[in-house]
Amino acid sequence: MAKTILAVDDSGSLRQMVAFSLKAAGYQVIEAVDGQDGLDKAKKQTVDLVLTDQNMPRMDGLSLIKALRGMTSYQRVPILMLTTESGDDMKAQGKAAGANGWLVKPFDPQRLTEVVKKVIG
Amino acid sequence: MTVDMSQFYQVFFDEAEELLAEKEKLLLAVDVSAPDSEDLNAIFRAAHSIKGGAATFGFTDITEVTHMLESLLDRIRKGEMALTAEHVDAFLAAKDILKMQMDGHRQGSSVDQDAVSSVCQRLHALSQDSAAHAGSAVQPAGQPEKRATGTASTPTQAASASRSFRIELPEVPQRDVDALAAELGLLGEISQSVLDNKRSVFTLATNEKLDDIIAICSFVLDPDDLKITEETASAVAQPEADTAPPAMPESEPGYGFFEPLKSEIEKKDTSATEQAAAMPQSAHQEAETAVSVEGKPFGRRAADKQPATQESSSIRVGIEKVDQLINLVGELVITQAMIEQRTGSLDPILHERLLNSVGQLTRNTRDLQEAVMSIRMMPMDYVFSRFPRMVRDLAAKLGKKVEFITRGAATELDKGLIERIVDPLTHLVRNSVDHGIEMPDARRAAGKDEAGKLILSAAHQGGNIVIEVSDDGAGLNRDRILAKAKQQGLPVSDTMPDAEVWQLIFAPGFSTAEAVTDVSGRGVGMDVVKRNIMAMGGTVEISSAKGYGSTMSISLPLTLAILDGMSVKVGEEVYILPLGYVIESLQPTPADVKEIAGQGQVVKVREDYLPLIPLHKIFAIEPRYTDPSQGIVVILESDGKKAALLVDALVGQQQVVVKNLESNFRKVAGISGATILGDGGVSLILDVAALLRSSRQLTAAPIFS
Repeated sequence: MAKTILAVDDSGSLRQMVAFSLKAAGYQVIEAVDGQDGLDKAKKQTVDLVLTDQNMPRMDGLSLIKALRGMTSYQRVPILMLTTESGDDMKAQGKAAGANGWLVKPFDPQRLTEVVKKVIG
Repeated sequence: MTVDMSQFYQVFFDEAEELLAEKEKLLLAVDVSAPDSEDLNAIFRAAHSIKGGAATFGFTDITEVTHMLESLLDRIRKGEMALTAEHVDAFLAAKDILKMQMDGHRQGSSVDQDAVSSVCQRLHALSQDSAAHAGSAVQPAGQPEKRATGTASTPTQAASASRSFRIELPEVPQRDVDALAAELGLLGEISQSVLDNKRSVFTLATNEKLDDIIAICSFVLDPDDLKITEETASAVAQPEADTAPPAMPESEPGYGFFEPLKSEIEKKDTSATEQAAAMPQSAHQEAETAVSVEGKPFGRRAADKQPATQESSSIRVGIEKVDQLINLVGELVITQAMIEQRTGSLDPILHERLLNSVGQLTRNTRDLQEAVMSIRMMPMDYVFSRFPRMVRDLAAKLGKKVEFITRGAATELDKGLIERIVDPLTHLVRNSVDHGIEMPDARRAAGKDEAGKLILSAAHQGGNIVIEVSDDGAGLNRDRILAKAKQQGLPVSDTMPDAEVWQLIFAPGFSTAEAVTDVSGRGVGMDVVKRNIMAMGGTVEISSAKGYGSTMSISLPLTLAILDGMSVKVGEEVYILPLGYVIESLQPTPADVKEIAGQGQVVKVREDYLPLIPLHKIFAIEPRYTDPSQGIVVILESDGKKAALLVDALVGQQQVVVKNLESNFRKVAGISGATILGDGGVSLILDVAALLRSSRQLTAAPIFS
């Protein structure tokens, strides 16, 4: 069965690009417009991978990661941060929050699918 | 897998445009002396989001401008720099530049590169000023100022430069090379050499990011012509080695994992310190290169709250899809009308159930039609939102003070109309600021508030939308308009009612270049305004009181796709008259019809003689009646002028779905469109305004009124 990915980003164009590329690579994609929306959608259905932007209205990526890690069903689900914050600070924060890795924006569809394949096959 | 990125461009442009509009709105509202930190954050996020998208989709020119904008805004929102009016002006100018660049990508329109670089320089200068003045800038005196296009937070100069770039220039004049060398020299140590084909090559040792180097180069030349490679041999010890990329940005994977994947998934460990300690050693090989990543120093903070939350409850659909839907519903309405007409002759007792169902179909169709039409509706805010900026700029230019108020921005109007109303409305607003509102001292002398009020409002009235532009300025000057009209040879009299005097400013060429008075200036292009609005099926009215201001009131139908029409018959043909033009219909007595030598006939309706337009003559049809006293005349009014249209009979009144004739056939004089009738026949919709215009040329109507 196709693996499901939750893609959380407040930018519609980015989200569309992510969803399109991953769908083309054979994944199912659930889109969410911010952390809160992502959390709501994650609660409805446990996914195989979460990709989340960091800075979003309502709830940012770090808070989302922390909230997900607090749910038993999401303790082992890989979470990647999509971010332009390449600094150590952001990565340390992401790691502390429970992210498994990061992907730097801007990225192209190839790189995205490459990374996703590495994580969930 | 290759993905065609261009398919996402439209979404990006739409999104960016929304963000730009939001940014402009916030900038215009911001209180420079005490900016709200939420607003500053929102402005920053808008620039930041656009940059993120532009970088992803490869619009480097947009990325560059937003990058500079973003770094300035970042420092302002962090309190490292005070917001000044200069900043606001520069940001507004940058917004225009970004819009131009986007249009350039989208429509292939030309981009004024001079304007782009002038804005870039302005932003650059501002960031430099502040670097010098801001208290927090750690900058030993005498040392060259840091080029603050990027991260302002790493002030250490390249004493121990971590990176070495080889910058290959295209063939450019020597002075450009020198200028660039001087600029880049501020970033770190630079050496210069010349290739055999006369191109210069710089080697730059610096701590700065690649982006900053490109940004600086782009002042002088097109970054696309540059060939920048990073020389990996930079063996200089670097304390924060993992923030400085040891490899070329393009070749980096740009991602990483905190721990090897398998173990990460198996083991859940939330201890931050332990993970942080583990990071450098146990990181995946890829992580090592990726930590550094490309020189994108800024995080993608949230986009604007408003568009984002709206997005969660709306979808973007191409306008063609909506139009197709509307078209299909139009066809459905026609089919439904056909069924209704055909079942109309059935016995209501025998076919009760069928007729009930048809009745229900009629209701459902009407509801569906209304619902579908509402998809095309857009709030007037789409138009209104562009005016605060214009009014601000214009008032500043003229040295006037204007308080701009909008009302009813949520009022909805068809998208097609909303786009066409922009120009006329712009004209009216500009006229109000330019000619309506007086200079502050004149206002004070007149006992008014120094700041003039300009109110733009929209409201629904029946099937129309009424848009008003009103100011509390000097008002129209009746005497001057009359004098001007006489001078231009227009038929006027001193006893004309005000309403007619005001209409004079819509006369073509009423105001000319030499007109300098506040009044005559109002006529600039007013005939065009009126023509545009008439073409949308609307009307313009003026009310004005000397010393108290004036109001221009535009009334438009809500949509162009459906029209209330009256069908009339001439011979075997059925024509539709838009109901808005129809005043009454009557059968004149033979005594009321008079022949005017060489000018056709007139009909006496109560006290007025109206020119008679025989429809059969215009379209060369064989009518049933040529004598007005046997047929029916329909009294039509457009532009304040009336005429009587002679037809054979009235058929009825109905809503018709307008089909464009021009796009399906060609433009036909006197016809504004076509529609399909309930019986499946095609009927032409008459262009009443054009008919009346042509009749006025034939008959000297004013003589009889």
